Amino acid sequence: MTELSLKAPAAVERPDAETTRARSREVFLPRGARRRTPLSALRERLRWPLGIYTTPVLILLAWEVLARAGAVSKTYAPAPTSIVRSAVELWQQGVLGPDLAISLQRAGIGLAIGLTAGIVSGVLGGLLRSGEYLFNGLVQVLNTIPLLAVLPLMIVWFGIDELTKVLLISFGAGVPMYLNLFAAIRGVDQRLIETARTTGAGTWRLVTRVLVPGALPGFLVGLRFSLAYSVLGLVAAETVNADQGLGFLITQGQTYLQTNQVFVGLVIYSLLGLLADQFVRALERVLLRWRPSYEAS
Amino acid sequence: MSSTIATQPRRQTGVVVEQVVRQFGDRVVLDHLDLTIADEELVILLGPSGCGKSTLLRLLAGLDRPDGGRVEVPARRAIVFQADRLLPWQRVLPNVTLGLHGAGAEQRARDVLAEVGLAGREKAWPKELSGGEAQRVSLARALVSEPELVLLDEPFAALDAITRLRMHDLVRALRTRHQAAMLLVTHDVDEAIALADRIVVMNNGRIGTSHEVHLTAADREASVAREELRARLLEDLGLAGQH
Repeated sequence: MTELSLKAPAAVERPDAETTRARSREVFLPRGARRRTPLSALRERLRWPLGIYTTPVLILLAWEVLARAGAVSKTYAPAPTSIVRSAVELWQQGVLGPDLAISLQRAGIGLAIGLTAGIVSGVLGGLLRSGEYLFNGLVQVLNTIPLLAVLPLMIVWFGIDELTKVLLISFGAGVPMYLNLFAAIRGVDQRLIETARTTGAGTWRLVTRVLVPGALPGFLVGLRFSLAYSVLGLVAAETVNADQGLGFLITQGQTYLQTNQVFVGLVIYSLLGLLADQFVRALERVLLRWRPSYEAS
Repeated sequence: MSSTIATQPRRQTGVVVEQVVRQFGDRVVLDHLDLTIADEELVILLGPSGCGKSTLLRLLAGLDRPDGGRVEVPARRAIVFQADRLLPWQRVLPNVTLGLHGAGAEQRARDVLAEVGLAGREKAWPKELSGGEAQRVSLARALVSEPELVLLDEPFAALDAITRLRMHDLVRALRTRHQAAMLLVTHDVDEAIALADRIVVMNNGRIGTSHEVHLTAADREASVAREELRARLLEDLGLAGQH
């Protein structure tokens, strides 16, 4: 009896509710379920075919069009094709090759020293309390000093030779590596460390199986910064005082108003940056396969 | 006092806890607690949330030190936590062999994985496992070292009811093959009755009451004795009349 009397008002109310609130529903089907017409297949393939290079390519295209139309002066911003032509010419003249080689050599040596120092101190600082006390304060201080502000001092100390340039690059690479590696090792989940200890794993196992792989994501972040800052250090070191290298190429281009040549140098610097980023991305894909991470749709 | 005579009988038993005190600031969590677990005995520690069950377990695991009293446990012990705590960057097999050394380690890990019903999943990443599977891996990780004491800290609390029943069957099956004392912490009265040789109820930082359970598997499912035990346990927990 009570059930009936309860139902009646509900039945009256129902059409009311339907009119006020549209009953929207969602249907989920397999991704491939939609009809694949040749048109949709084509659209699928054309959708973001350039990936992350979409924006750079669009900018280059616009630039080329503007330059050809004469909207931007050749002295200020020569067309991309003309920059490529200059690069080829410089290479054929035998200027670009040796300059690039000497720059890469500086970056390589600087990175090797900086990364070694950063990784060794970062590992010691992360694993040992005494290591933290030894390095942390020092690196935190160094971190607040701008890279470019150290340059004059380094020139006074080490002259204008290779040593200054290499040290500037290693300074740029070492500091972010230490900071990220230290934070990464200290950030490894305490519960996992505890669990590993209870299974009877010794210190070596703990370091190699838990701490090192656990710190890997942070290490790769550090590597990304290190590579970027080393390119920055390279530019700074070479632009100020050099008689060969990419920076010298740019300074020379500026002096003789060879804007093309300046752009060639800039393009190579940016390509180095891009290459470094792609390198770290590839490392992440291989080393961090275990990580369930967000993939934007 | 001749200490040799005092320690001699203790070697026979799995766990001896004497007058243990543990406090955090002013809050006394364990207040002169005594507990003994015999070899191959499965003791279930029952108690309301926050009564110090996990604190006691951490003391037994050696993850924490008492502020007073004495804890004696076998050196070969393993612990299973509520969360699986698998290393996400290692596949299943290296997760199980984490604390193992020697040539036969891998084969032993494979055998134990087969025992918990995960043969063929050695190469899976932890992120690919379901909750029940992950917890079985952590059970395998605990058992692979042939421990004399297994500590389980609400190991099935995060699992669904059906998976939990399967895990209970698994624990019973594993007990026939592995000779070890077990201490399982839970707040689930039914889980306690399903598995225990003895149920101890914790109250105010001490072991309040202790119930030996001598029931057959069928009686643990449904019987008058089971209902009586359940009622007494609820009473011990201060929940009498509410269920």
